[in-house]
Amino acid sequence: MSESTVRIGLVLPDVMGTYGDNGNALILRQRLRMRDIDAEVVQITLSDPVPDSLDVYTLGGAEDSAQRLATRHLTRYPGLQNAAARGAPVLAICAAIQVLGHWYETSAGERVDGISLFDVTTAPQTTRSIGEVVTEPALDGLTQKLTGFENHRGGTTLGLDASPLAKVTHGVGNGVGDGREGVVQGSVIGTYMHGPVLARNPELADYLLERALGTTLAPLELPEVAQLRKERLRRT
Amino acid sequence: MVQVGERRRIGARGRVALRAAELATWASRKAGRGKGSMIGGLVALKIDPNILGGLGRGRRTVIVTGTNGKSTTTRMTAAALATLGDVATQADGANMDAGIVAALHAHFDAELAALEVDELHVPHVSDEVEPAAIVLLNLSRDQLDRVGEINMIERKLRAGLARHPETVVIANCDDVLVTSAAFDAPNVVWVAAGGGWAGDSVSCPRTGEPILWEGEHWYSTGSDFKRPTPDWWLDDENLYGPDGLVLPMTLSLPGKANRGNAAQAVAAAVTLGASAEDAVAAASSVDEVAGRYSTIQYGSHSVRMLLAKNPAGWQEALSMIDPTCDGLVIAVNGQVPDGEDLSWLWDVRFEHFENVAVVAAGERATDLGVRLLYAGSQHTTIADPLQAIASCPPGRVEVLANYTAFRDLGRALAREVKNV
Repeated sequence: MSESTVRIGLVLPDVMGTYGDNGNALILRQRLRMRDIDAEVVQITLSDPVPDSLDVYTLGGAEDSAQRLATRHLTRYPGLQNAAARGAPVLAICAAIQVLGHWYETSAGERVDGISLFDVTTAPQTTRSIGEVVTEPALDGLTQKLTGFENHRGGTTLGLDASPLAKVTHGVGNGVGDGREGVVQGSVIGTYMHGPVLARNPELADYLLERALGTTLAPLELPEVAQLRKERLRRT
Repeated sequence: MVQVGERRRIGARGRVALRAAELATWASRKAGRGKGSMIGGLVALKIDPNILGGLGRGRRTVIVTGTNGKSTTTRMTAAALATLGDVATQADGANMDAGIVAALHAHFDAELAALEVDELHVPHVSDEVEPAAIVLLNLSRDQLDRVGEINMIERKLRAGLARHPETVVIANCDDVLVTSAAFDAPNVVWVAAGGGWAGDSVSCPRTGEPILWEGEHWYSTGSDFKRPTPDWWLDDENLYGPDGLVLPMTLSLPGKANRGNAAQAVAAAVTLGASAEDAVAAASSVDEVAGRYSTIQYGSHSVRMLLAKNPAGWQEALSMIDPTCDGLVIAVNGQVPDGEDLSWLWDVRFEHFENVAVVAAGERATDLGVRLLYAGSQHTTIADPLQAIASCPPGRVEVLANYTAFRDLGRALAREVKNV
């Protein structure tokens, strides 16, 4: 590994890797390598302290009991919070939004504290939201529709310090009736979109990478990815 | 001697139900709607909701359940039990009430039964048929958008087993969730059948604390819940059992997971009185399960079809692919029975095929193509699986497909082969 290797933190894939979201870290790595930029994925498991020195971080979805283990670990080793404080981009999927919020209520009705990177709280919706989601991005720097698959019981309410990632045009989104999807706060982005989200939304992938590197990246033409976007957007 | 069938407590209503089922089965066959067994089962249940118990009791029954390997293990168990007597079993993998009723009805006099049962149906089917043994293979998440949390399934199985303390549980101790389901049962035969997919059980199903692994041993940090010492275990050559038993085991079916399935089938048959040698020989002879693993000649291609329904099954099936084959077609659909969320494709390690050219196929070929693209796996994308096969160099083609892709391609191949 050279000095210039971009290091992508895959945070707690052992407990928060349930829905294919580990793919986001792989996609970030591959999009750099395809541009001849050295990159590697650093897996941070429950056995490792969380380093604050990585260039970009991803966290995936999980179920209730795993979520609790993740919260405890991130509180004990606050590397992610420190990295976010210096502006390192973080991508949090689904349950990770809940873990990164102030608190979330489990399906059993118990309130569990999060790590407060997001000014959000989460409580169960009456029914689970499952299906394709399409949104219009509300984040400067994103112009293309976002597409993903949502599968969550939690409904997330944004506080004043948090902004939505996007406006829902198909599907449910954050699930509190405000037509919003995802969270943005500083360099930390959350979304309920699986798929994984970066497989279907290369613009978001490059958004994270450009902020991680502090530079503009050359465009990457991947016809298969364009075709996938076309197919998924056509179906909704 | 009293005929076995006469021992069953089938009342007047049940007899009407079975007669109606026979008629419905006959009519369905006559109309060319397949084997007609499901419709018969449905009709019988409609007339007599207690028919399952009536048909099931009085036999010595082995129930087989788990996320992956149910059909294969049931076939192996039936083969091993056949060394003892007549066995009722499903021919078609229909593993809910109607399919089970149909299988028991079709083998009315069989004194033994090997029944594949859907995980969530195990508790009430057990209450009806009072099984001699229940084989628990593995539990991992199925289609994410369709089935509830895997931990809920484990708790339901655990509660179901608690109602049957006399039943012998043949449980895979390499699977944390299966072990949890069986841990409190008084009669457990533990089989180290292997567990290739630890991803769903990092937290203890009993306490929520982490599960830690040391080699093949695992333990919960929150309680005394840990991997039990196996009564049966295996390696690449042998099956090892109680009292120093060592038996060479060479299966007709490929893959490590099938060796684990065979070990549990043998352990179940031995529990019911079969000799271990006979049971191993019988399980080893199983070479095809409902069209899976079978080879079909299609034009210049000899096509072998493998089915995988969930991430654990996919990882296992990928390990069965013959690396010397001439082509590999991977077909993925995203219909309701498959699960409409294909995110799981990213939980499967396709990097394994970095040096093999593959064809991405199926209704969701593009999703798969993007997955392979980021895996750095050379491939072409041809959505129609038949055309995908035809595009391969002549010779042996491996096809790996999920549920509806497998079903539809099987039908299409049968049509093509018939029309030649």
